[in-house]
Amino acid sequence: MRPIHALQTEAGTTVIRPTSGWVPPRFGELWHHRQLLYFLAWRDLKVRYAQTLLGAVWTVFQPIALMVVFTLAFQRVGKVKTEGVPYQVFVLAGLTFWNFFSRAVTVGADSLTANAALVTKTSCPRLVIPLASLVSAFVDFAITLAFFFIFAAWYGTYPTWRIVVLPFALLLGVGFIAGFVLLLSALNVRYRDVRQALPFLIQIWLFLSPVAYPISLLGPRAARLLTLNPLVGIIDSVRWSLIGTNGPSPAALAFAIVISIVTLVVGLAYFARAERTIADLA
Amino acid sequence: MTDAAISAEGLGKRYRIRERVQATTLAESARTGLAVAARRVSKRGRLERKDFWALRDVSFQVDAGEILGVIGRNGAGKSSLLKILARITEPTEGTALVRGRVGSLLEVGTGFHPELSGRDNVYLNGAILGMRRSEIVRKFDEIVEFSGVEQFIDVPVKRFSSGMHVRLAFAVAAFLEPEILLVDEVLSVGDQAFQERCLGRMHEVTRDGRTVIFVSHNLAAVQSLCDRGLLLDGGRIVFEGTVGDTIEHYLTSIATTSQVSVRERKDRRGTGALRFTDVAVTSSEAGPVLVGGDAEIALGYESDAKPKHLFVSIAVAGPLGEPLFLCSNELSGDDLADATAVGTFRCTIPKLPLQPGRYSLNVFAQLNGVIADWIEHAAFFEVIDSDVFGTGRLPPSSHGPLVLQHSWSAEGAERDAATRASASHG
Repeated sequence: MRPIHALQTEAGTTVIRPTSGWVPPRFGELWHHRQLLYFLAWRDLKVRYAQTLLGAVWTVFQPIALMVVFTLAFQRVGKVKTEGVPYQVFVLAGLTFWNFFSRAVTVGADSLTANAALVTKTSCPRLVIPLASLVSAFVDFAITLAFFFIFAAWYGTYPTWRIVVLPFALLLGVGFIAGFVLLLSALNVRYRDVRQALPFLIQIWLFLSPVAYPISLLGPRAARLLTLNPLVGIIDSVRWSLIGTNGPSPAALAFAIVISIVTLVVGLAYFARAERTIADLA
Repeated sequence: MTDAAISAEGLGKRYRIRERVQATTLAESARTGLAVAARRVSKRGRLERKDFWALRDVSFQVDAGEILGVIGRNGAGKSSLLKILARITEPTEGTALVRGRVGSLLEVGTGFHPELSGRDNVYLNGAILGMRRSEIVRKFDEIVEFSGVEQFIDVPVKRFSSGMHVRLAFAVAAFLEPEILLVDEVLSVGDQAFQERCLGRMHEVTRDGRTVIFVSHNLAAVQSLCDRGLLLDGGRIVFEGTVGDTIEHYLTSIATTSQVSVRERKDRRGTGALRFTDVAVTSSEAGPVLVGGDAEIALGYESDAKPKHLFVSIAVAGPLGEPLFLCSNELSGDDLADATAVGTFRCTIPKLPLQPGRYSLNVFAQLNGVIADWIEHAAFFEVIDSDVFGTGRLPPSSHGPLVLQHSWSAEGAERDAATRASASHG
C-alpha cells in the first residue's frame, strides 16, 4: 500500500485511507486551488486597509520609523561606517527586507490557527493558508521596495546593473521564509508556545542580523560566528544588489543557500506530516 | 466493485483524549509525555483507555444519484464521518472510495469576513468551496438573486443582519455543482421561508442525479429529502434501511434512552462545569400536562461552584425533532443570580399551546459564555387532551402542533345588515 493520502486515479476516484509517517506534500491540490491562494492573499490585504485613512502608507511606516531610530542611535552616537552609502539608505535597504521577513513569519506562523474555520470546516488544501499569508506579505514588501527606490534616489543612490541579481537574492530569501513559515505554522497548531516565543525571537534576531550595522563593523571572529545566521548571506545579497554595498562572503552565501534549501525541505516535509492532524487540533 | 459513488469499508476514527482535551503547550506535552512513558513502563495497556473512537467499523455504500440521510444523536459520529469523506481529517483505519468531485458544506459562510462587502465575500467563499473564478462570475447574478440581498451587495457584511448573512452564505453554497455533495446540518439556520427555499433548491440539485449525504437533526427534512437512511450510535452503524424505517428506529432508541436518568446520560456536550441531573415536566399542580394548561419544567442540576453568568435554555421539539419553541432565561430576562451550586431551575409556561401528543426537549446551559452541558432529547413529555375551548373540540392536527386560545367577535354595522337583507330579497 503506497503511503499516499488520496490517490486521484484516471476514473476520478479518490481513495481515502489512513497514512503514516512521512508523506509527500500535496502540490497537486495546491495547484488546483491556486485561485484560492490569490483570493486569501487579496482578503488579507483588503481587510487590513479597509477603513484606514492612510492605507498603504502604514506598510512603509514601520521600516521608516525603525530607520529613524537606528539613525539616531547608531549614526549620531557610534558613527558607523556604511561602505560608501549614506547610513539612512544603508539601514532602509536592510529594513525593507527585514520587515518582509518579520511580517511574513509572524503572520504566517499564526495563519492556521487564525483560519481555524477553513481548516476544520472545509477541505481546501492546508498549504494554501500559510502560503497566502506569505503572498500578502510579499505584496507589502513590493510597496516598501518601491518607496525605498524613491528614498535612495533622494540621497543620490541609484540602482546599478547589480539589480538583475535581486530576483535571485529574493528567491533565496523567500525559500527560507516559506520553509520557516510552514514549519512554524504547523508547529503552532500543536504547540501554541510558538506564538508566545516568536516576537521575542524576532527581536533578538534583528540585532544578530546586519541590518543596523554592516558585518564589516565586526571583528573576524564575531563575523564568522554571525554567519551561522542565514539572514546574513541573504540580507547582504539583497543589499548588494540594491545599493552596491559589500556582498556576502562566499562562506556566508553558501551557508545561506544550504540553510534555505534545508529549511524549505524540512518545512514542507513537516507540514505534510502534520497536515493529517491539523483539523483535529486547530 | 460496483458503480457506487461512495463505498466505505471499515472506517474508523480514533481521537487521543490528550489531543482533544488538554491545553496544547510544550510544557503540557512534556508532562504528559513523561506520564505516558512512566505508565508504559509500569502498566502496559493502560494507554488504550485514553483513546476515544468517534467512529468504528463503518461500512456502507451510496449509489450514484442516491440521497443518504445520516441521523443519530450528539456524538454518534455523524460529523466525523462527513469530515473523513470530505477529506478534512484522515481516518484512523479503513478505506473509502469516492467517485467524482466532492463538495462539502459543513458550515455556511466559512471564511466570510465582516469587513468585506457581500460581493467580495461571494467570491472568497466560492473559492473556498472550490469554485473557479470564472464559475463564480458566471453564477454571480443568480447567487445574489437567490439570496435576496441585491441592494446591499456592496455593503460590508458586518452591517448585515444575521438573517441576510446566512442567506447570502447559503446562496453561494446552493450553487455549488459537485457530483457528490456532503451536507452537515446547515439548514438549521435562517428563517422558515428561506429554509424551504433551500430545501427546494436541494431537491432540484438531487433531481439532477447528484449523490448527496445529508446529516441533520431535523428528521422532517431528512424524511422529505432522503431515499435511504443510516443510523449511527456510539460511532457505529446500528441501522441501515429506508429513510422511514431508519427514523422509526431512531425514535424508538431515543425513547428508550430518555428512560435513563439524565444524570447517567453519556451523549452530552459541554465542559460539565454544570450538569443537569434530572428533568421533569409537570403541570403546575404536579399533575399531567394538559393542552392549554400551565406547565412547569424543572431541571435539577449540580455544578462545581455557585454558577455565574448563567444562560439556561430549553428547546421543545415535535415527534420528528422539528423545532417548536425555545425558552431561555436570557429571553425572559431572569438572571438566575440566586442559583446555588446544587438546585433546580424551574421554567413556567402558562397556557401551554400544544396539541395532544409526545414532545421532546433539549436542555442547554452555558456558564460565562462556555457551553457547560447540552443534552438532546433529555426528556419526553406527553400532552394530554383537554377541553381547552369548552367546546369539546381541538383543531385537526393537520394544521400543525399548536393550539392557541383565542376568541371571536363580530362587529356589525346597521347598513351592512340592511344591505344583506335587501340582497336576500332580490
